[in-house]
Amino acid sequence: MNSSMVIYEDEFRQIADICERLRRDTSAKAVFLIDKDGQLILATGQYAHLDTTALASLTAGNIAATGGLADLIGEREFSILFHEGEHDSLHISLVASQVILVVMFGEETSVGLVRLRVRKVNEELTKIVQELMQKAKNPGADSPFAEISDEDIDILFS
Amino acid sequence: MSFINYASREISCKIVYYGPGLCGKTTNLQYIYAKTNPEAKGKMISLATETDRTLFFDFLPLALGQIRGLKTRFQLYTVPGQVFYDASRKLILKGVDGVVFVADSQIDRLEANIESLDNLRSNLFEQGYDLDKLPYVIQYNKRDLPNVASVEELSELLNPNRVPEFSAVAPMGQGVFDTLKAVAKQVLVELRKGG
Ligand SMILES: Nc1nc2c(ncn2[C@@H]2O[C@H](COP(=O)(O)OP(=O)(O)OP(=O)(O)O)[C@@H](O)[C@H]2O)c(=O)[nH]1
Ligand SMILES: [Mg+2]
Repeated sequence: MNSSMVIYEDEFRQIADICERLRRDTSAKAVFLIDKDGQLILATGQYAHLDTTALASLTAGNIAATGGLADLIGEREFSILFHEGEHDSLHISLVASQVILVVMFGEETSVGLVRLRVRKVNEELTKIVQELMQKAKNPGADSPFAEISDEDIDILFS
Repeated sequence: MSFINYASREISCKIVYYGPGLCGKTTNLQYIYAKTNPEAKGKMISLATETDRTLFFDFLPLALGQIRGLKTRFQLYTVPGQVFYDASRKLILKGVDGVVFVADSQIDRLEANIESLDNLRSNLFEQGYDLDKLPYVIQYNKRDLPNVASVEELSELLNPNRVPEFSAVAPMGQGVFDTLKAVAKQVLVELRKGG
């Protein structure tokens, strides 16, 4: 049950390329990929001024709450959320029911275009995410934590 | 569910503070926030009502340092303790790596503690977790108040399995970091087992 989500270098680069392409194709300001538990996987675009840790946690909370609502009315999930602001908007969608894709965009583009492009990359991302989840199920012996000592742990808290 | 990112060499674990309404969960996080170096913490987010009761969750990200070259992060969450927010509590437990149960030591809250602990167990169970197999510690908070039950009594009532337990006065910080360290350690030890 306590399986982890694990991201490796190769997949990370593939995912990053897809997100960056999505951002360019939609002229979006930024694209984020967030694990459903609220951990930021990656960010691309203009996000230096944003607290991405907070963004990740709130997005996950948002998806969790709307997922609860979906359940309540007998839906499996709401796969897309859209928050429209005066200047900037957020398009939030689920990938493989496990990872959250957030596109932040301004007046340079339209929600229609974003929605279209997101649908296109969703398949690509789904494939990679499913592979990662498969890998995480059989972590193998190469866990970096297999060899940590009690001292390593103590040092963290000294 | 811990999260390991080899690309950015980060590991992230989720710790949830659970307990009855007003037991001091949010106060624990506020104290940790106040006493942590700016470079080791992110912004604390509190989704609360106008009367400062937790509505959805509090969230505090901590970056404690490195283990074997991996940045180690802990994401602390509190649940809303009020009984009718049960749906939210379930959501926050998703992906949990470790649990702190904050008990209110006051005699007239004994019943509320037991109820909340039962609720924790059953909400975890619903998601396929067993509290007895998770990293888990208990904190007896509000030890400064006059009308409190003895620690022995609380322990007997709430801690039959003798998990690590701590007395606390959260607003003063007493017991707060001991509690956090104990659960974080258990989480890391669990990771070492290849959790
Ligand atoms: N005297 C005393 N008061 C405390 C202690 N810990 C918390 N409090 C007070 O108890 C009240 C409730 O504390 P919170 O931390 O908001 O409680 P909570 O568990 O987050 O409550 P919910 O969000 O409703 O679940 C606040 O006024 C705190 O200052 C303690 O150890 N001693
Ligand atoms: Mg609270």
